[in-house]
Amino acid sequence: MSDGRTIELQEYKSEIKVTWCPGCGDFAVLNGLQKALQALQLKPWNIVIVSGIGCSSNIPHFLSTYGFHSIHGRAVPVASGIKLANPELTVIAAGGDGDGYGIGVGHFIHAMRRNLDITYIVMNNQIYGLTTGQASPTSEKEMKTKSTPEGVIENPVNPLALALASGATYIARGFSGDAKGLADLFAKGIQHKGFALIDVLSPCVTYNKINTYDWFRTRAYALEKDGHNPADFHAAWTRATEWPNLDQKRDRIGIGVIYERTDIPTYEDLEPALRKGPLVRQPLGLENPEELLEEFR
Amino acid sequence: MSRKELVFRIGGAAGDGSASTAESLAKICTRSGLYAFTYTSYQSVIRGGHSWVQVRASEEPLLSQGERPQVLIALNQPTADIHAPQVREGGAIIFDSDSIKLDGLRIAEDVRRIGFPLSRVAREFSNNALMKNTVALGAAVRLFDMDLATVESAFATVWGRKKREIVDANVKAASAGYKHVDEDGGSLNLGMRYTGKARLLITGNQAIALGALAAGCKFLAQYPMTPASSIMHWMADHAPAHGVVVKQVEDELAAINMAIGAGFAGVRAMTATSGGGFSLMVEGLGQGGMVEAPVVAILCQRSGPSTGLPTKTEQGDLNLALGAGQGDWPRAILAPRNTDECFRLTAEAFNLAEVYQTPIIVMSDLYLSEGYRTVEGFDFNVPIIRGLLAADGGERRERYLRYKLTDSGVSPRALPGQEGFQFDAGTDEHDEKGELISDVLAGIPEWIEIRRQMMDKRMKKLDGLLRDTKGPELWGPPSADLTLISWGSTQGPLREAILDLQEADGISVNSLEFAHLFPFHAQETAEILGKAKKTLAVEGNFTGQFSRLLTAETSIKPDHFLGKYDGEPFYSSEIAAKVREVLG
Repeated sequence: MSDGRTIELQEYKSEIKVTWCPGCGDFAVLNGLQKALQALQLKPWNIVIVSGIGCSSNIPHFLSTYGFHSIHGRAVPVASGIKLANPELTVIAAGGDGDGYGIGVGHFIHAMRRNLDITYIVMNNQIYGLTTGQASPTSEKEMKTKSTPEGVIENPVNPLALALASGATYIARGFSGDAKGLADLFAKGIQHKGFALIDVLSPCVTYNKINTYDWFRTRAYALEKDGHNPADFHAAWTRATEWPNLDQKRDRIGIGVIYERTDIPTYEDLEPALRKGPLVRQPLGLENPEELLEEFR
Repeated sequence: MSRKELVFRIGGAAGDGSASTAESLAKICTRSGLYAFTYTSYQSVIRGGHSWVQVRASEEPLLSQGERPQVLIALNQPTADIHAPQVREGGAIIFDSDSIKLDGLRIAEDVRRIGFPLSRVAREFSNNALMKNTVALGAAVRLFDMDLATVESAFATVWGRKKREIVDANVKAASAGYKHVDEDGGSLNLGMRYTGKARLLITGNQAIALGALAAGCKFLAQYPMTPASSIMHWMADHAPAHGVVVKQVEDELAAINMAIGAGFAGVRAMTATSGGGFSLMVEGLGQGGMVEAPVVAILCQRSGPSTGLPTKTEQGDLNLALGAGQGDWPRAILAPRNTDECFRLTAEAFNLAEVYQTPIIVMSDLYLSEGYRTVEGFDFNVPIIRGLLAADGGERRERYLRYKLTDSGVSPRALPGQEGFQFDAGTDEHDEKGELISDVLAGIPEWIEIRRQMMDKRMKKLDGLLRDTKGPELWGPPSADLTLISWGSTQGPLREAILDLQEADGISVNSLEFAHLFPFHAQETAEILGKAKKTLAVEGNFTGQFSRLLTAETSIKPDHFLGKYDGEPFYSSEIAAKVREVLG
């Protein structure tokens, strides 16, 4: 594989049987990610996929890359630590809406303002699946779930608006009903230098009977074809807040790249300790410890 | 205590500069060839309140902060009110006669009252209101018979990086104070010898940071919390030049998870916090145990529970460290007894973490972490042992099993970037490859067995950790009327109490000191305590957390218990008093 020949799609797949429910939106994410990695011809051993906990967080097992299936809500800090230790790795964090926008939302915001060169794929199904159907941070108002039998009374998190406000430099929305589009958004996100968020509308066919493939198909439109300019922050804000929003308007859901900035340095670029190369390759210990003792004399 | 010493105390409101003045004096003492030991009593406030620092110095190494001072600098009236009555007979009180009155205070006989207009004198040299402290410091230096040249050289290191004018103004201010005492009674004639032998003055946290650097730490993620913050401060100042990423992160959840990510990727990583932050880290630590990632977590204890007394000391987090994380996973807990061990045990922790591929916890406390001590130096010849790595050969990529069952419980570790060794690190229970058994395999007979094997594999590491760590140290006479039991930073005051009891009362006491708390060296401990006539456990907590561990591991219950949970460090006199009571 290391001899410069083309890496086949099959080589990004693992032997582990995928355990998602038939019809789950996450299959399209998995396929799209494998296609994107193949399109970029990234070597599987130079990739680490870091997930949290939830149905979608099983994804590292289904790829032949290095994987770290961490704890609930902590995929982003684990991924950040890996990236800072070895910036030569391609680090992809992946997980669900509960993982990233609920329990892990603090890390999500701070990773974006740091602009670490990490790609974060959130499989957003607006419900907690693995715990059998409770409301999630992106569940829409009035949605009835096991934990909200009278309907959700909170407003949903708008992940794209949050990303815009927090300094992410590549922000996109994908849809599991558009597999080809997903591969494209992932490839662009991975190539982007800086923090890339790809929020994927990935229907849960078991627990979310409202936000189904058909529900999205009637509302989704391609941002690019609609003339959206991803370099325009204010236009991005308008597109991001078409849905969800406080007015509960839900007739238009833009799919594609919402925002991209390429002139912002990454965290790794600014980190002085990395100027001498990745930490994993720097010598251990102190060459001249006596120098450090001067201040204690 | 009859040994020759000087004890100095300075107090004022927060922001009055007591701490930096005391640090200067501790440095001057160290440069004069003495051993210094400081304790800072402060409050959780930036301006106001009452804080004070004690500096004790002696020609011999010191074990504790000492007790009543010979010299007090009172920077405000409350300091005079609280501390003047504690000044020893034959001592001196330095104060600003324009603003502080000693009338009506119960002050020992023969205490010199050195009142002069500190602020007015200081104004001749600088507009900085804190310059009066330097005038007072100069007065103290004269009382202790120390050399003004040492003061100048100490100032040059403290302010050297700033402007020369600051050093000059401070030297002039100190000289004025010095001269005042020269004309008003001169030295206290404490008879100290100043050899000028070069040593180091350093805090426990600085020693921890140095130990980490010496051991090849490459990554620190931390969230500010007293008394752990100064580890991050020192590292942020010095470590990036040595190729270390130092990152203040959004919370302790991020700190531990980032450090584990870095450890997984192949660098030596650590985090540091106090009890509150450590509480947030427990799930992350368990993750480290499960995915078998090396990481070092420094836990600098302060008074709990909850926010507790943020600026006060305690040894109350042992249960927390022992029980951190759901389920059972292998860990080692190390508790440095002194500044030198802060350095050595931190370095050791990095080796244990990588050799056993699991989180290692190092427990200090405010008393040890923030106190300055004079030490001889550090042995930077630290061995770096990285443990089993798949890259070292012998592992074939087609058959590579990251979590291979082995006799030691340790499996060769592959690092991301290594071709052909890709695996998944999973926090769910997994098989030797790292693939989940929790989803569709758990509970099926063959996989029940695998679950058991994986638990056994991980927990076997405790055998190795026990073998690779030191048992307790029995200090003092091998046979004694009473054996004290302690862990961590209590060592100093406890040893001083033992020496004092021997000298003053002829009482024979020894101590069993633990620096490696877990895995517990049960056999050695039981053998030693089996021979003890009577035992007294001394711990800085309410329930006797270590005593309970000792009993659980050996079935031996200490005969007596001295617990301290008032926020203050142990004083050797209170340990000695308890010993006298126990021996009746």
